[in-house]
Amino acid sequence: MHEWALAEAILTSAKQVAELEGLKEVVEVTIMVGELQQVEPPILRFALSQTKTGILKDAKFRILKAKSTLKCRVCGTTWQFNIKKLDKDTAEAIHFVPEVAHTYIKCPKCGSPDFEIVSGRGVWLENIKGAK
Amino acid sequence: MNLVDPRTSVIKERLARITRIIAVSSGKGGVGKSMVATTLALTLAHNGCKVGLFDLDFTSPSTHVILGAQKVQPKEEKGIIPPTIHGLEYMSLVYFVGDNPAPLRGEDVSNALIELLAITQWGPLDFLVIDMPPGIGDAILDLVRLIERIEFLIVTTPSLLAFETVKKQANLLRELKMPIVGIIENMKMDVAVGIAEETGKLGIKYLGEIPYDPQVEGAIGNEKELLNTAIAKKLKQVAKGMIRKKESGS
Repeated sequence: MHEWALAEAILTSAKQVAELEGLKEVVEVTIMVGELQQVEPPILRFALSQTKTGILKDAKFRILKAKSTLKCRVCGTTWQFNIKKLDKDTAEAIHFVPEVAHTYIKCPKCGSPDFEIVSGRGVWLENIKGAK
Repeated sequence: MNLVDPRTSVIKERLARITRIIAVSSGKGGVGKSMVATTLALTLAHNGCKVGLFDLDFTSPSTHVILGAQKVQPKEEKGIIPPTIHGLEYMSLVYFVGDNPAPLRGEDVSNALIELLAITQWGPLDFLVIDMPPGIGDAILDLVRLIERIEFLIVTTPSLLAFETVKKQANLLRELKMPIVGIIENMKMDVAVGIAEETGKLGIKYLGEIPYDPQVEGAIGNEKELLNTAIAKKLKQVAKGMIRKKESGS
């Protein structure tokens, strides 16, 4: 599953940040998950719990969801990504590579595929708490 | 702390089992990069190497057509595992967009590239051949930033128009201190333009000329016929040189 690959990336990245900040133990990692990528928080949480080691072994993971907002570069219309409007194969393609949204999603007003993903694209680390 | 994108941190790990990563590129479009990249990958594989082919020309992918890849999809397993086609581990955005256009701007190209590098689980490979988009924009700059061991094989044609942009690309790569395997002259006809001499002036290895082969169009989609083209015959020599270099570790 894609969530397992993401979990590995999150743990590697969190460890690098923690070391840079001189933390000896990480207590909590806050992860923001963009709606567009349709990451399943329970699967991600499970993958993190099964693979965390070292200074992250006792860390808790807060997973927050960010709404995905799209803005048309042609007519300026702003709209929210809606998974319910997509079929299963399309949703899965966007899950793996969010940029392919430009292949399947069009501006609801002018029909252009030239839109900006203003927010809620992927996954990123928002905060890391720990002890020095 | 600043927001951190976790994807780039695993790219090194994803590529750790690959000995050499060769980006087949050109400053100019239409010089036959995809044909050279695909045939080089097939030739390396036919010489006993484990090879991957990664189509990074997101907006105009064509290596799947050259390979005749049909109805294949990557497998999901802690990321995605590329399917094997004619002995090559093969990855392309085509798996996710099919025959539909992918109108991506520069930032989208960068994000799609990072995403695929972060989730693709390549096996142990002797060579990963990358088919680059034309030009010296986002894709080259991203690969230089993300893959520290990347090497470039540059394709030109005998046209001075093509070579003019190739020179710019070569200069950029040298400024970035990136290794250049060499320049190969594709679609050579009876014109004495002197690309070999011009390549020598740049201090870059001239890998040779591939004669213009009108039969090559008919070989598209057929692995056996591809390996009998003039391109394959020339690339066999290039591949042998690359294998010797890999074995000697220099």
